[in-house]
Amino acid sequence: MADKVLDVKALTKTFGGLKAVDSVDLDVKKGEIVALIGPNGAGKTTFFNCITGIYTPTGGDVMIIPPGDAPERINGLKPNKITAKGMARTFQNIRLFGNMTALENVMVGCHCRTKANIIGAIFRGPSTLREERETIQKSYDLLKEVGLTEFVNEQAKNLPYGAQRRLEIARAMATDPFLLLLDEPAAGMNPQETRDLDELITKLRVDYELSILLIEHDMKLVMNISDRIFVVDYGKKIAEGTPQEIKDNPAVIKAYLGED
Amino acid sequence: MEYFFELFLGGLTRGSIYALIALGYTMVYGIIELINFAHGEIYMIGAFTALIVASLLTMAGMDGMAVLALSMVVAIIYAGAYGLTIEKIAYKPLRQAPRLSPLISAIGMSIFLQNYVLLAQTSDFLPFPSLVPEFSFMEPYEHIFSSSELMIVVVTAVSMLVLTYLIKFTKMGKAMRASAQDRTMAMLAGINVNRIISTTFIIGSTLAAVGGVLIASHIGQINFYIGFIAGIKAFTAAVLGGIGSIPGAVLGSLVLGWTESFATGYVSSDYEDVFAFTLLVLILIFRPAGILGKTKTQKV
Repeated sequence: MADKVLDVKALTKTFGGLKAVDSVDLDVKKGEIVALIGPNGAGKTTFFNCITGIYTPTGGDVMIIPPGDAPERINGLKPNKITAKGMARTFQNIRLFGNMTALENVMVGCHCRTKANIIGAIFRGPSTLREERETIQKSYDLLKEVGLTEFVNEQAKNLPYGAQRRLEIARAMATDPFLLLLDEPAAGMNPQETRDLDELITKLRVDYELSILLIEHDMKLVMNISDRIFVVDYGKKIAEGTPQEIKDNPAVIKAYLGED
Repeated sequence: MEYFFELFLGGLTRGSIYALIALGYTMVYGIIELINFAHGEIYMIGAFTALIVASLLTMAGMDGMAVLALSMVVAIIYAGAYGLTIEKIAYKPLRQAPRLSPLISAIGMSIFLQNYVLLAQTSDFLPFPSLVPEFSFMEPYEHIFSSSELMIVVVTAVSMLVLTYLIKFTKMGKAMRASAQDRTMAMLAGINVNRIISTTFIIGSTLAAVGGVLIASHIGQINFYIGFIAGIKAFTAAVLGGIGSIPGAVLGSLVLGWTESFATGYVSSDYEDVFAFTLLVLILIFRPAGILGKTKTQKV
């Protein structure tokens, strides 16, 4: 495997006396699909929130290594800065801009990759116009990539559930990430939709040379697509390894099923 | 019939001015859920700036539309700077604080700015020159609709169109709508939300300054207190139309303008405010979110 793109060392986040994330190490290598699993309340989403800048970690280091670039510590940076550095995410509970169309949602994702400012917006010079055309084209292509062309001008809140999930992925992709974080992408999907999602994620990895870190409860999806799996419970990492190793790991079985 | 028409146009003018101010309230509320009580003061500062610039230009021997245009531009820049500064000083440090804190901060800012202008200028009413020239084509209608009223309505309409265009179609407008709907998600989509909030304040202040200059020129006098009254009225209009909604602010302002105008014309000018606020109470009883406001259904 190639170089790391994300390297998290001893990440800790406490809320009052509660250690929601307790010295977790995790890394993602270039082109890899890594899954983060664990029982409900294990601290998976908190971990995501810490590395995407929604929370400031209490301790530890979050390093990103954009391909062909120097490593950088991103603890405590604002979410928009982190997104601009090439890390994008989706949410467990869908957070689309409901009153905007599907296309507009993706165009918002392009925001940090375009240059137009308010002056350009008012005077509409040729470069602004060209950039606008390019943004629309890129957004449309992304919608095509996730199979949503029929909903281009539909308001996001009126889309079917599975389509909303894919639209979230398209919007995240619009920020040109090298690392995509997916928080329970298959939640609430039926088996057919899950299989489609499986294909979509694999395809995105190849087409965009992406690395992907996902939180997921659907074990079939996780075992299918992940290269490596990290397991957390009560904020602590209890295991890491390939899907086969995780399946046979007694600590994992204990965390999920309890002891008898 | 002519009397009705006169009142109708008078209400339209009033409503236009309210709309220019109300937009600032509603846009800021839409994005950070704050009632910016210092907004009326921006309008007042716009009028004062224009008075100073217009006096200087007149002394320098200029006249006509050039004075109006130049003093308007300076007022806009000045008011925009004030709006930006107010946001940075009074609201930004309180972004994570409970909702009540920035509200108090806003009231404090409003009182501060009123007294600052009171001390720096004067407590008396100052005469404001009529900056809008008398258009010759308006002469036959001058007794029911003056040139300066026409100017107010036209400038307001143009401002609305530009604003609608900015918000609906430009990249910045999309970022503003996105930030209003979900600030955290907007940040994760790579939007610098702080910059969007600043921009919102600047745009709101700009519109208020335009309103301040036009109304001062129409009425012919200003003092440090005009912002407070106009601010309360415009805020009422914004709530009436549904706070947070841009078309709502315009509609609410027009409804308020007409109510006041007709109440003054057909009943008595003493009852102007009674009718305005009775209307507000009635609308809020039957449509708590305002005319165009969306009632959020709470999911259980």
